[in-house]
Amino acid sequence: MTEQGVGASLLRKEDDRFLRGRGQYVGDIRLAGMKDVAFVRSPLAHANIRSVSAHEAIRGQVVLPADLKGVKPIVAVSGLQGFKASEQPILAHDKVRQVGELLAMCVADTRAAAEDIAAQVDVDLEELPAVHDMLKAREPGSALLHEHWGDNVFLETFVDVNFAAALDAPIKVTREISTARQNMSPMEGRGTVAYWDSRMEHLVLYTGSQMPHIVRNGLAECLGLDQVQIRIISPDVGGGFGYKGILLPEDICLGWYAMRCGHPVRWLEDRRENLTAGTNCREHHYRITGYADRDGKLRGIDCEATVDSGAYSSYPFSACLEAAQVASILPGPYDFPSYRCHTWSIATNKCPILPYRGVARTGVCTAMELIIDAIARECELEPHEVRRRNLVRSEQMPFDNITKKHFDSGNYPEALDRAIAAIDLPSIRARQKKGEADGRLIGVGHSVYCEQGAHGTSVYAGWGIPMVPGHEQATARMTPDGGLELRIGAHSHGQSMETTLPQVAHEILGIDTSKIKLVHGDTEYTPYSTGSWGSRCAVMSGGAVATASRELAGLIKKIAAHLLQTEVDSLELSGGQVHGANGSVTIKEIAHTWYRRPQDLPAGVDPRGLEVTIGYKPQRDSGTFSYAAHAVIVAVDPEMGDIEILDYVIVEDGGKLINPMVVDGQIYGGLAQGIGTALYEEMNFDASGQPLASTFADYLLPGPTEVPAPRLDHMETLAPYTEFGVKGIGEGGAIAPPAAISNAVNDALRGYGVELLRSPITPRRVLEAIQRSQHNQPARQPQGAVA
Amino acid sequence: MKPVNFDYARPKDVAGAIALIGDESRTVKVMAGGQSLGPMLNMRLVQPDLVVDITGIGELKAVTDQGDRIVVGACVTHADFEDLRVPDVTHGALPSVASGIAYRAVRNRGTIGGSLTHADPSADWISILSAIGASVTVEGPAGSRTMSVEDYMLGALEADLRPGEILVSVSIPKLGKGARWGYYKSCRKTGEFAHAIGAFLHDPERGASRAVIGATESKPIVVAAATAFIGDGRGDKPAKGFDANATAKLLEASGMVDQIDRQTHVVALRRAIERAYPA
Repeated sequence: MTEQGVGASLLRKEDDRFLRGRGQYVGDIRLAGMKDVAFVRSPLAHANIRSVSAHEAIRGQVVLPADLKGVKPIVAVSGLQGFKASEQPILAHDKVRQVGELLAMCVADTRAAAEDIAAQVDVDLEELPAVHDMLKAREPGSALLHEHWGDNVFLETFVDVNFAAALDAPIKVTREISTARQNMSPMEGRGTVAYWDSRMEHLVLYTGSQMPHIVRNGLAECLGLDQVQIRIISPDVGGGFGYKGILLPEDICLGWYAMRCGHPVRWLEDRRENLTAGTNCREHHYRITGYADRDGKLRGIDCEATVDSGAYSSYPFSACLEAAQVASILPGPYDFPSYRCHTWSIATNKCPILPYRGVARTGVCTAMELIIDAIARECELEPHEVRRRNLVRSEQMPFDNITKKHFDSGNYPEALDRAIAAIDLPSIRARQKKGEADGRLIGVGHSVYCEQGAHGTSVYAGWGIPMVPGHEQATARMTPDGGLELRIGAHSHGQSMETTLPQVAHEILGIDTSKIKLVHGDTEYTPYSTGSWGSRCAVMSGGAVATASRELAGLIKKIAAHLLQTEVDSLELSGGQVHGANGSVTIKEIAHTWYRRPQDLPAGVDPRGLEVTIGYKPQRDSGTFSYAAHAVIVAVDPEMGDIEILDYVIVEDGGKLINPMVVDGQIYGGLAQGIGTALYEEMNFDASGQPLASTFADYLLPGPTEVPAPRLDHMETLAPYTEFGVKGIGEGGAIAPPAAISNAVNDALRGYGVELLRSPITPRRVLEAIQRSQHNQPARQPQGAVA
Repeated sequence: MKPVNFDYARPKDVAGAIALIGDESRTVKVMAGGQSLGPMLNMRLVQPDLVVDITGIGELKAVTDQGDRIVVGACVTHADFEDLRVPDVTHGALPSVASGIAYRAVRNRGTIGGSLTHADPSADWISILSAIGASVTVEGPAGSRTMSVEDYMLGALEADLRPGEILVSVSIPKLGKGARWGYYKSCRKTGEFAHAIGAFLHDPERGASRAVIGATESKPIVVAAATAFIGDGRGDKPAKGFDANATAKLLEASGMVDQIDRQTHVVALRRAIERAYPA
């Protein structure tokens, strides 16, 4: 390892501008003549549209559904058998299916003036019964969102692997476990600036996007444009988490309008739009049964999983990414012989469900890890013993699990052991026996997960969604002064790739990272990519940069061989110089020669020069498997229901870490989001489909005082199929906390004989559970409680 | 969202403010710190013709010592209490509570008068000032009126202001030697509005013993003779005398039907009393 290469905790290049408030987000873009947009949105969750109209005085500043002639709806299909596609209108014309759905677009000099116009647009709706409960929506007789389907089911899947063999297990525990509907809350909301560039004859659309090339695909399809007529620029992105991978109807509206109006136009999502109309995720329901022997050895898992997919199949991930994936990833890090899983992706009158950091994994980890703890209680074992008995073992690697997931490497039991040791389980058990002076109840919980990252063509071809990743490409291009430009099609929304990818190139070429610039976030300048999602950039973009850098090293050596008058094979590249038997030449001199003094090169020089674009795939594209064990101590106030996190330990294995400091940052951020899922975040809807939170006063996010500083421990099992042994790790921090915290709370409350199985665990849910237990067994009355 | 178009005025004296506020031809909102009004404007929950910003009025930021009490202007900020720019006459009660209001950014601008007039039941000032026994003075076209803090709040988001009146000052009694106070609030997270508040004062020298249960659906419940709950407060562990059932009945009678709500409010008061008598 060098001071700047792979494995170095290099400070982040991008922080120089971010920490000085000089980042450039969509909201910072100022263009001459730019006007602002406000949308008229549906106030109802489900209704027939009788009319949407604008009076004469404002008509010129309003785009109505009928104006969008020839614009196609957003359609995100899946190739999975039986999937029913939806058509998400750009401006709704016959029906609205969620609160916040677009009905008209209003344009004015300022956002406030545009809102004044929006308030004057006349909307006449005929309300229909809303579908707000995914379990009821499965039943016959439910109101229907997409009538021609005949039901509300996007997709139903079923898998059975030798399930009957588990039925005679002596231990059988069944639980209903659910995770709340959440909202992704990046600090920066969505935003779009669009204008028509008459010189280049293309539509320029700035949007904070994780995947600019995919936005271009979708925009071209909906607007009927050639791709050369569209340039997508994604400037700095203030958090994405999945939301900024989605093609929004708003993007289409802005693009359509910008081609016709003769001036730039801008829409900046505000927090109310974000909360009520934009970013739903996570709502899962599980009815899960664990079968085990008395020693805790798992015999089988049986599960019915339902996901509330919302009104439409969103582009490009589709409406079934969550539920259908549940069936394949529910077994998690465990090895057991029998499995059955039935899943439903259900349409309801809510915002489309979107992939949020961890995607379905946060839900399945919660379901699986809570059932493991329930089995442990049933067997009267410590939960970690049950886990250890069932985790895939290092000597089994590589291991194909019951759903054919290929675990590439790792030592899961060791991660668990280290976490249990770090949290000091015996001392907590002793402390629990003594009791707390303040009357609170202490609990310890843990959870283990695996995170498939950078899964590629072979995995996504089966899903058949609009986006299947292939080779990831990168360009490496020397500048005439010996600097290096890297170009990738993925985009950073917090991954620090402006720092880490130069580290990768430095590792191979030895060029100082201050002289390496990453160009990304612009379809005009970068190779095609499906973008940043699925914990893939370190593996895929990092692998592509490594591959391109190696190719470039070969080209550098060829020129060096001319300059040193020796054979290429005898040369070595290190420290930014090429060394031969008779002397050395710097990369800077080589670049100068190629670009500025070609007269010094022979006629037969390789015409590729010092620029490479090349694709990369790992040797196997079934995905890297990073994993972690989380352990947490909580204190529960049985009178108020408050929960405080006293200690949090994470032992993770991401293979080779390109920049350990950046990985730590990813884990901290993921943990904060996981704590949000566990304890705070919940987007409720009433029976008419109205979202019940429209500000952060009602939708609670954890803040600095709610997120502890975790203790991190890194293991390093190199991935066998990737460059440097890197594994994808970006999402993991958000996967395990709800399970670990729920298990800790249930451990604290075990004297009451209750389990909390629904997240978030709010103070009220804690108190209700205690109250229920006291109705059953009024033995332990906390001091001061009211009978 | 963005606010509707409105006019803005920043009068220099109370008379000027009253003249503007009394204009019945326009919808007028008074801005004393804007920490609640700002978001309400942005979400168009209020759509005034005129916003009268009273923070330019010098006398509304004044603090005067009147012997047995201090009188603070309505536009004194939470941070002024927290940072002791307002002298502490409450054995630390008001600085301590002020330092727990929302976040520092809110405390820098949010004002005591704005909070009391906004009359959010979950806010801190209404509960602690009711426990301390503070009063407020309003001024309007017909002169001035003075009333207790708890009487000033009529209900959720409703203060006793007649047309053209504004709150000008809050009168805070100096607590006697040996006075004890306790305050407890239950929040989901730091800086959020409370879900249950308990406030307690025992001031033998002034013959005051007051208990307040706040963060209810409406105005706080004030028990002016709190000896019913804790005896005379002189025992070693007065909280032992705390009558949870009597408190719960009081809450039930006030309309708090939910048992868990009752429990958290009872516990909040009990913990406030415990804090007045630390072990």
